[in-house]
Amino acid sequence: MNTWDKYQSIVKKATRNGFGDGLLEAAKMNPKVIALCADLAGSLKMDLFEKEFPERFIQVGIAEANMMGMAAGLATTGLIPYTGTFANFSTGRVFDQIRQSIAYSEKNVKIAASHAGLTLGEDGATHQILEDIGLMKMLPGMTVINPADYAQTKAATQAIADYKGPVYLRFGRPDWPVFLENEKFEIGKALKLKDGKDVTVIATGHLLWNALEAVRQLEGEGIDCELLNIHTIKPLDNEAILNSVRKTGRVVSCEEHQRNGGLGDSIAQLLSMNFPAPQEYVAVNDSFGESGKPMELMEKYGLGIKDVIEKIRKVLSR
Amino acid sequence: MAKSGHPGGSLGCADFLTALYFNTLNFKLPFSMEGHGEDLFFLSNGHISPLLYSVLSRTGHFEVEELNTFRKLNSRLQGHPATHEHIPGVRVATGSLGQGLSVALGAALGKRLNGDSSLVYVLTGDGELQEGQNWEAIMCAAHYKIDNLIVTVDWNGQQIDGPNDEVISLGDLQGKWHSFGWEVLHMEGNQMEDVVHILEMAKRKLHQGKPVVILMRTIMGFGVDFMMGTHKWHGVAPNDEQAEKALAQLPQTLGDF
Repeated sequence: MNTWDKYQSIVKKATRNGFGDGLLEAAKMNPKVIALCADLAGSLKMDLFEKEFPERFIQVGIAEANMMGMAAGLATTGLIPYTGTFANFSTGRVFDQIRQSIAYSEKNVKIAASHAGLTLGEDGATHQILEDIGLMKMLPGMTVINPADYAQTKAATQAIADYKGPVYLRFGRPDWPVFLENEKFEIGKALKLKDGKDVTVIATGHLLWNALEAVRQLEGEGIDCELLNIHTIKPLDNEAILNSVRKTGRVVSCEEHQRNGGLGDSIAQLLSMNFPAPQEYVAVNDSFGESGKPMELMEKYGLGIKDVIEKIRKVLSR
Repeated sequence: MAKSGHPGGSLGCADFLTALYFNTLNFKLPFSMEGHGEDLFFLSNGHISPLLYSVLSRTGHFEVEELNTFRKLNSRLQGHPATHEHIPGVRVATGSLGQGLSVALGAALGKRLNGDSSLVYVLTGDGELQEGQNWEAIMCAAHYKIDNLIVTVDWNGQQIDGPNDEVISLGDLQGKWHSFGWEVLHMEGNQMEDVVHILEMAKRKLHQGKPVVILMRTIMGFGVDFMMGTHKWHGVAPNDEQAEKALAQLPQTLGDF
């Protein structure tokens, strides 16, 4: 049995649960951790925190712009505020508030963004933001993290409390395989799930599971993929990516985001300046989403396991 | 001289900011970002930065000579106030309007959570109240009974494109704040005795379960006859001749130049 066969899905749990549990742990460890929420405490599993630390929980109502400004003010006084709402309302709706009051002002605010991407499902494209990674990674000084499962989200939620500076933490709604319980989480450090020599597959967020399944299937055909998880999209672990692509010579990037402005673009920029190599994108191609079940949407918009397989074959043929 | 900027609002608020910093505000030096145990001031209408910098320099936050770098390359005195260059006295970047009140509200709540009994002040423009984020903050502050916060509105009735009443009327400003659950005071912002008096009164109104707002009547461009009462000097700086003429009308300011 290969060592990487340890990545199995015994249970499924949503990444948002990882956030809720991680926030509670972070608050227990650090009395400066506080939480703000724009009328979505249950959706973000922040009710655990609210129950345990009611005096440190600030319900701001449906007023995200004010929430971001308040978080900047709270951070000014030395507290560590986490803001909680959907990814759509955590970024596009409040981009200027984040840009001026948080990023440019270098405030220690943690922007916790749930229900990112297509897997939000039935609510449809109004809520399925696929542009948030791009928006946030463009801001100077912003750290952008998109964990892959419950365990990694929980670990990331705790880790960012100890990191000084603004952070965008992106996670999702659906129950999703939990397979990284035994992996260490370090901000800015890629996680290598499998060594390989033919192609480097790099995935972030929910797509890591799909990439893992794809790599597993192709192994049976004798295609030897190297699989990297990039949870921290900014700052990017340049060294890990370059080391891998120097070995394999080609790369497939996988993310639940627009092709424009996502992780794949960050990788392409890195490679074009240092080690130009063929690249294929598993990402949404300049389109809004729609209502549907998470797995149906993944399939329709080219984010399924078979899409990862197809892109790996394609990059190998180039 | 910078030869660009926003002189109108700066002159109109000069009395207020002078009274605040020289009489009312309990601030500490050297400057600390967190400001534990001291009063905090946020300037939401960041475009009146010349006034803020002027007052900060004369209250010992930095040397008066540094004012000569205003709006120039490699300066800590950015066109709109920013923290990025670490200028003492500035705790958040402002300029994109409508954000300072939320930040001040957060800081006031932070002081409450930190068991810090000192106060938070914020100055906003009147045209700036057209930004919806203000009303989110105004609603939130009343809900949480934030009673360590004093907001002052520079009510000069002018904005870039003309009088407020012609651009978008603020309507019954007093009634609006009142109906949102705030204690509302009025101030004649270009009469120093009234400024000092109303600031003291505002402090006495605190710690009673309500945030306090001062609707401060000012004259844009106050003190310089050709700038007074018109929106035309909102975002236009005087040329050399005009500046000389203006300074001659305020002889007490000449010493610094």
